[in-house]
Amino acid sequence: MTAFVNRINSAARNVPTWVVYIVLLLPALFLVYQAFFGGLGRDPVKALEHELGQWALKLIIAGLAITPLRRFAGVNLIRFRRAVGLMAFAYVCLHFAVWLFLDVQIWSQIWADIVKRPYVTIGFAAFVLLIPLAVTSNNWSIRTMGPAWRKLHKLVYVAAVLGGVHYIWLVKGIQIEPLVYMAIIVGLLALRLRWPKRATA
Amino acid sequence: MANRWTNTLTERDVTPEAAFLNRRQLMAGAAGLGLVGMAGTARAAQETLEPNVWEDITQYNNYYEFGTGKEDPAEYAGALTTKPWTVKIDGMVDKPADYALEDILKAMTIEERIYRFRCVEAWSMVVPWNGFELADLLNMAGVQSGAKYVAFETVLRPDEMPGVRYPVLDWPYVEGLRLDEAMHPLTIMATGIYGKDIPNQNGAPMRLVVPWKYGFKSIKSIVRITLTDKEPPTSWNKANAREYGFYSNVNPEVSHPRWSQATERPLGGGLFARRVPTLMFNGYEDEVASLYAGMDLKANY
Ligand code: HEM
Repeated sequence: MTAFVNRINSAARNVPTWVVYIVLLLPALFLVYQAFFGGLGRDPVKALEHELGQWALKLIIAGLAITPLRRFAGVNLIRFRRAVGLMAFAYVCLHFAVWLFLDVQIWSQIWADIVKRPYVTIGFAAFVLLIPLAVTSNNWSIRTMGPAWRKLHKLVYVAAVLGGVHYIWLVKGIQIEPLVYMAIIVGLLALRLRWPKRATA
Repeated sequence: MANRWTNTLTERDVTPEAAFLNRRQLMAGAAGLGLVGMAGTARAAQETLEPNVWEDITQYNNYYEFGTGKEDPAEYAGALTTKPWTVKIDGMVDKPADYALEDILKAMTIEERIYRFRCVEAWSMVVPWNGFELADLLNMAGVQSGAKYVAFETVLRPDEMPGVRYPVLDWPYVEGLRLDEAMHPLTIMATGIYGKDIPNQNGAPMRLVVPWKYGFKSIKSIVRITLTDKEPPTSWNKANAREYGFYSNVNPEVSHPRWSQATERPLGGGLFARRVPTLMFNGYEDEVASLYAGMDLKANY
């Protein structure tokens, strides 16, 4: 087990972070390609919106998994956390852009939807919360902000939960997939709780 | 049958031959019902509706018994056995029985109806259905005088329907109409699309089509029709009464609680298709508005 973890860790050390950006960009490029040349089915707009939303949520989850992975499994991928987080944000932006320009289109309806449709409101809130995190995902911010930086970045917990609720709320009826996402998010957050230490006999 | 509805023409129907056909239909209408129906008919006939391609209609479906993805029905519905098929017609009818579908079809006149189809999710298509008027079927069974509603039920076969393993809805799927809605000449039982047998994912072998209501009212693969004097339960209403009413008439002014119904995205236009305004009663206002005269359509959504 530890040999395996060590192998992962030393392999990870040899991967430059820009590789992660490129790799995580590939699904978006592929989706855009499919959107233009067929392959997203009969309703490419919805398919694009859904796929980008799914990727956004997956990457947020991946970002949340990095710290517990180190703590509980000794796998150290902290170097890639910024890349994963920023790419998650990029997918949220693309998802939002598809909604704005290809789905809703009508400017007067956009604000009405954000205010009146709870699942859109929640998605939008998650998006807004992620903006300051994306803006401060650089070395300079970490240096100048000091301890406030860590506090600010706890907002990702809220954004992740909002993203999960957004998904549960937008489907018709009770569907399994969004509940699975939510369970994973809640699980990853629970791992961060500090349980009161029990006296050992 | 004098008040049969006349079909909306398409571009390819704008030919002398179609003009002749349409005149014939108009005359039939004149002989029967009279002016109110005719005014609507004349207006509807001027409009052109271009049907969606076969792939749009048969590869983008909501049929949750086969999965909640839009492509799931096309992928999994092949497993549904549709032959033989019997439809139980019971309740307040003179001749309650298990009717074999072949026997029903022998008695019915199949015609083409090109209708708009508006999903509650705010996308739309135009579908060239083949089918017969529900009124003809109900008349065959003999509707008793006290009947006020018609209840419908979809087949439930867990072995053939992978989606029913999940409690997305309370299976089997059930729907209902008021008797006058069911008897309206626009309301049909569809058994085909584009002149071919209706594919399983579209509700083979026989499904309801009520073009002025959101798509989920048009229940698929029907095995039971019950005439009753009480408003029957309907699946989406049971799942979420605040979002899905019994009537569910297409109405751009009454929003779904989670999204606007003012506009719709017509499928088949690709990535940059424009939204279009949704029409009252999905464009069938002239034909059906009178069914709801005096009703508060906001309260009875
Ligand atoms: C952190 C931010 C967000 C996340 C993680 C997220 C995630 C998701 C996910 C997972 C889906 C469902 C995909 C599927 O069904 O396969 C979805 C759908 C959707 N999202 Fe978001 N989203 C976010 C922000 C937003 C924003 C800002 C908007 C618009 C203002 C938005 C609008 C929508 C819409 C309209 C749908 C599709 C609903 C439909 O089925 O019609 N989302 N999103």
